Amino acid sequence: MASPVVLGLDLGTTNVGLSHAPAEGDAPPAIFPIPQVVHAGEAAPRELLPSFLYLPGEVELPAGSLALPWDPARSFAVGTFAREQGTRVPARLVSSAKSWLSHAGVDRRAAILPWNAPDEVAKVSPVEATSRYLAHVKEAWNAAHPDERLEDQDLVLTVPASFDAVARELTVEAANAAGIGAHLTLLEEPQAALYAWVAASGDAWRKQVEPGDLILVCDVGGGTVDFSLIAVLEEEGTLQLSRVAVGDHILLGGDNMDLALAYAVRERLEKEGKSLDDWQLRALTHGCRVAKEALFADPSLDSSPVVIPGRGSKLIGGTMRTELTRAELEATLVDGFFPKVSAADRPAAPRRLGLTALGLPYAHDPAITRHLAAFLGRHAGASASLPPGVHAEGRTFLHPTALLFNGGVTKAALLRDRVVEVLDSWIEAEGGAKVAVLEGADPDLAVAKGAAYFGRVRRGAGLRIRGGTARSYYVGMERAELAVPGVPPRIDAVCVAPFGMEEGSETRLPEALGLLVGEPAAFRFFASSTRRDDGVGEKVDPSGLEELTPIETTLQGAQGQVVPVELHAKVTEVGTLELSAVEQASGRRWRLEYDVRGT
Amino acid sequence: MDERMGFFARLWMMFWLPWKVLFSPPAAQAVRAALPKGAPPVLPAHEPAKVEEKQEEKKVEEPGPKVFAPALHLLSILQRDGRLVDFLQEDIAGATDDQVGAAARVVHEGCRKSLARYVVLAPVRTEAEGAPVRIPAGFDPAEVRLTGNVTGQPPFQGRLAHAGWRAVEVKLPSLAVGQDAAVIAPAEVEV
Repeated sequence: MASPVVLGLDLGTTNVGLSHAPAEGDAPPAIFPIPQVVHAGEAAPRELLPSFLYLPGEVELPAGSLALPWDPARSFAVGTFAREQGTRVPARLVSSAKSWLSHAGVDRRAAILPWNAPDEVAKVSPVEATSRYLAHVKEAWNAAHPDERLEDQDLVLTVPASFDAVARELTVEAANAAGIGAHLTLLEEPQAALYAWVAASGDAWRKQVEPGDLILVCDVGGGTVDFSLIAVLEEEGTLQLSRVAVGDHILLGGDNMDLALAYAVRERLEKEGKSLDDWQLRALTHGCRVAKEALFADPSLDSSPVVIPGRGSKLIGGTMRTELTRAELEATLVDGFFPKVSAADRPAAPRRLGLTALGLPYAHDPAITRHLAAFLGRHAGASASLPPGVHAEGRTFLHPTALLFNGGVTKAALLRDRVVEVLDSWIEAEGGAKVAVLEGADPDLAVAKGAAYFGRVRRGAGLRIRGGTARSYYVGMERAELAVPGVPPRIDAVCVAPFGMEEGSETRLPEALGLLVGEPAAFRFFASSTRRDDGVGEKVDPSGLEELTPIETTLQGAQGQVVPVELHAKVTEVGTLELSAVEQASGRRWRLEYDVRGT
Repeated sequence: MDERMGFFARLWMMFWLPWKVLFSPPAAQAVRAALPKGAPPVLPAHEPAKVEEKQEEKKVEEPGPKVFAPALHLLSILQRDGRLVDFLQEDIAGATDDQVGAAARVVHEGCRKSLARYVVLAPVRTEAEGAPVRIPAGFDPAEVRLTGNVTGQPPFQGRLAHAGWRAVEVKLPSLAVGQDAAVIAPAEVEV
């Protein structure tokens, strides 16, 4: 039975949003405000659910403080209050769970969050934290729609385009744990943003782009930066959209910017002989965000006041007043995060020190324009065959012709203008034309709305962005050669899933492998977002690939027996990549699991 | 014992203490020792007085917090978001206008946000202030206050001095079960 409603869930690094649309007709998707604890003892709906989980101590909050309309005895908080309380008690706050979910350096099913929290805090795994956000959304929706329960509707869950097969698998695992996995499909966030733009422009979108256009989706959210390129093609007289490249997962976003402003102002205050404690720095960060928005909103302002209230009950005596000037804003945000660089610039590589803390791999270089240069440059030269409609002859990077902004940061016209200016300067240097900015989608809610719109597209109503998997995938196989003492056996990466595999398709590695029954068999697993030409079975040097977590399985049966198997790779309807070993003789199938215990 | 006793704790003690003093000699001695010299001796209470006290206990303890809970809750919201109680409770005589102004920004930003969230306000009269207005017969004197040369019978011709405010909608959240409305702001202790 087709569900009466299609739902789009934007599971963001800093905010979760849910939109819904009737499955039939063309009513635009609407946002479902999510009830959540907003202050101790107060639950109220908000358009977005901040992706924060707070794990309070036993005696910390009065009884009933975290009560939700559907659960008066809730013992943890998700959302606005969790984020606020977490600034006061950081050791009990889980944040950026999504970034942990895609971080291969840790065991993502182990209870490790809040990271570095004392032992008495009952920690959760990145998968568990994600699952609690999803469960909260489910419960909130179901409390309001008991007859159209969320788990019974078609649900589109967005993931960053940069999520590899393992992170996607874990997202689905979290969704299943939250009980919303039954009618689930994954969608890349930049694609969702483009769908939202298509939905918002109606039929007019066909007039704003033409065959041969290359749309850059520039998504700068609270915690991450995500780029995608989508080509406009013409087939049999109609326009088609095809996603041709996705960027890396860059942990850099609006939160870095607010903090950078606060540090800049603090430095000035310290020169004036005023020192700030942690509490005041948080107040300053908040004040800077308010001042920043005021300056962005009104270009005629030269400065905006920032007030840091005293913490004690003496408000007037303890208040510090300063201001954020436009010069500071431009130096810190515009030039700091969006410097005018050349298309040949690349982000500074992190210095590799002997000892590295195991935290999140935050971007080392805050310059988003340099990350953009790297993204466009990498995809121009990496592959012999570019997707149809994309030209790179005589160009050092792929030239986008249109630009769609997404994410809260891009609400600031000043920052959008800088991105356009930098991009235009690169393209003009190579003789290209200026990019056109596509307007019309709400940068905070576009992904959720676009996801619901896609839910309808999947039913056959409307244009679908094609592109398949954004990476090619490889398994490591030892070369059959003479062993040399002291030299580890060399490895070939054999392509099991080529670039651009469409949903529902399956590949088979022709070479048979002998697997030992009863013992775990593990393979090294690799991916590449730039090698578009490798076919199934192609052997490549793994040094240029990105290594993911290993995949493993244990064949059941009589111990010690060697069974010839084939490797199969399938892109599921949900949007995950499923690898399995299939016994040639009997057709028996063993699913290969991602080993996410961390490297 | 530096801990300050709250109003309700003291209220409860007011009823409990006479009984304790009457029936427990050690307690009576402790009370006498704690009071300053020359304080009136503790007298045994009369039977009728006790009955009165019991009635009073019911009157004060039950309706008080319940009736005023929404008002106290609004006050606590304005304190939480905009430090309003801190601002009003502070002596500003010695502060400079700059200091008061800086603090007023905190109050204004926070209280404005919470007011907008919890109470939808609209002017009572939609005309611009200063514009001539006509007040017809049968007007609601609670809605329009006449000042100046108020003689004769309506309709009145006048000038709008203040457009007034009306709460169109109040979306005050309900207090959590067990939450004490009398606590406007909890004490904060950095551990």
